[in-house]
Amino acid sequence: MATMKFMCDAERCIECNSCVTACKNANEVEWGIQRRRVVTLDDGEPSEVSISVACMHCDDAPCIAVCPTETLYQRDDGIVLHDKDLCIGCGYCLYACPFGAPQFPKTNAFGERGKMDKCTFCAGGPADTPEEEYQKYGANRIREGKLPLCAEMCATKALLAGDAQEVADIFRQRVVRRGHEDGGWSGNPRRERDRERAGHDLSAADLAHDATRQG
Amino acid sequence: MSITISSRGTRWLMLLVLSLLLTLAVGQPVHAQQADADPGQEAAFAVPAVDADTWRQIRSGETGPNYRDSRADSTYSLINASGETWRQWRNRWVSPFGLIVIGAMLLMIAAFYLVFGRKALDEPRTGRKLWRWPLLVRALHWSVATLFILLALTGLILLYGKAVFHPLFGDGAWAGMMSTTKLLHNYAGPLFGILLIVLLARLLRHNWPRKYDLAWFRKGGGLVGKGHPDAGFANAGEKVWYWLLATVGLVVIASGLVLDFPNYGQGRDTMQWANLIHAVGALGLTAVALGHIYIGTLGTEGSLEGMTTGYVDETWAQEHHNLWYEEIKDQAVPETQLARDEAASPGGDDPAPRSG
Repeated sequence: MATMKFMCDAERCIECNSCVTACKNANEVEWGIQRRRVVTLDDGEPSEVSISVACMHCDDAPCIAVCPTETLYQRDDGIVLHDKDLCIGCGYCLYACPFGAPQFPKTNAFGERGKMDKCTFCAGGPADTPEEEYQKYGANRIREGKLPLCAEMCATKALLAGDAQEVADIFRQRVVRRGHEDGGWSGNPRRERDRERAGHDLSAADLAHDATRQG
Repeated sequence: MSITISSRGTRWLMLLVLSLLLTLAVGQPVHAQQADADPGQEAAFAVPAVDADTWRQIRSGETGPNYRDSRADSTYSLINASGETWRQWRNRWVSPFGLIVIGAMLLMIAAFYLVFGRKALDEPRTGRKLWRWPLLVRALHWSVATLFILLALTGLILLYGKAVFHPLFGDGAWAGMMSTTKLLHNYAGPLFGILLIVLLARLLRHNWPRKYDLAWFRKGGGLVGKGHPDAGFANAGEKVWYWLLATVGLVVIASGLVLDFPNYGQGRDTMQWANLIHAVGALGLTAVALGHIYIGTLGTEGSLEGMTTGYVDETWAQEHHNLWYEEIKDQAVPETQLARDEAASPGGDDPAPRSG
């Protein structure tokens, strides 16, 4: 079975925030909640880089591990979903998540946070009817054979979504074209010189660095 | 006319060409330099220097002044690395060891009861009673005790419930149970905190450490050797329980408040730590509380009646709190008289003198 993954190629992201808008629009999420965000590092400096982040649908998801009510669960295809009926708003998923994906509509006294919301990979969530599903979790594009709207909308194809193997293949081709192991992130010759000096292998084997083989 | 115009135009043109040439002449060396440069050198200026080191920095949670997040009011870094640390501490250490500590305590108490049984009074009761716990203290004690048990049970359910009740009940009842559990825990917590502080303040004067408390510890509270070690109004064991509540208890309350009031905008890292401190402290106190409950009810003859009626038997006072007994032994009241007083004014005021 395919394992679904997001991958944001920071070299291509132009910080247009279309993914954020597309997500908001596809899923009609509650006011104040933004499932996807674009983070820009070193804004305005020569080293500026942007990356789009939402739930990364981790293989070993910390949110699932710490949730006291088993609100969060992983489908066979790797998509991490949540059951709004089980959520008690304790906020543990928010403490644990590496990517700041889980969000709550409120942060009131006595831990009144309301029901958690997070990216569903446009795969909806548990509900009796499609209407209820849309109202609670937003679109279920996966059921319709479509990919998450954020990735589909991405103009520079920085944000990739789909079967991990295919995403990795596309990204690997880009990395190879960029010409070195660090091509995933950069084409910085200074860095390359440093690596050469440090005795790293910059030969063809390095060029064909297989991103999918990494753990 | 046309010649004049044309000659004027030529002059303008000449001027333009001259100025262009001048610009080129000045600009030429720059162009030449760039054309000759190493393409790699050029790339070094054109391409952002984002490499593995940058990502390592990000993983450490560093954001910097030029960090931007498109999410409204976001205080998040790109990677929340401490989340995994918190998860590992909570799931690999706190959860299993909390269960081990509480389980071990229950086993020890059960084994102790089976081997030694109830600690009966050595001498028969005299039938004369001593006033020990005024109504206020008893009311506070039972309020705090009820809330403690409620918080301990709901806390345990929040930590371990999913392994037990979810498979048992199925989604529907489980959802209701858990939202009630969290509601009770979050609202009873601050109430418990206030009442515990009042109770601790009320009992402070009985719980200052004394020299004879050391002897009490050496004799293991009477377990080692023969006879009862010296004890005042509170014995050394009770004082330990008092000071555990006055230290660990207050830390558990404080960390609980940090978790209970996210409206003050405390960050994820703060709440991760508060959660660990809260869990470790609360699990420890729950284990010790089991000992306190056992000794106060099943374990010792004559203890529970003090906290329910306010009176203890003279014999009990003499055996368990001999120094206190010496102070107030002349204030003992016969049981029959108490019954008469009770009949005369049911639910009457605390009798004087107050010694609690």
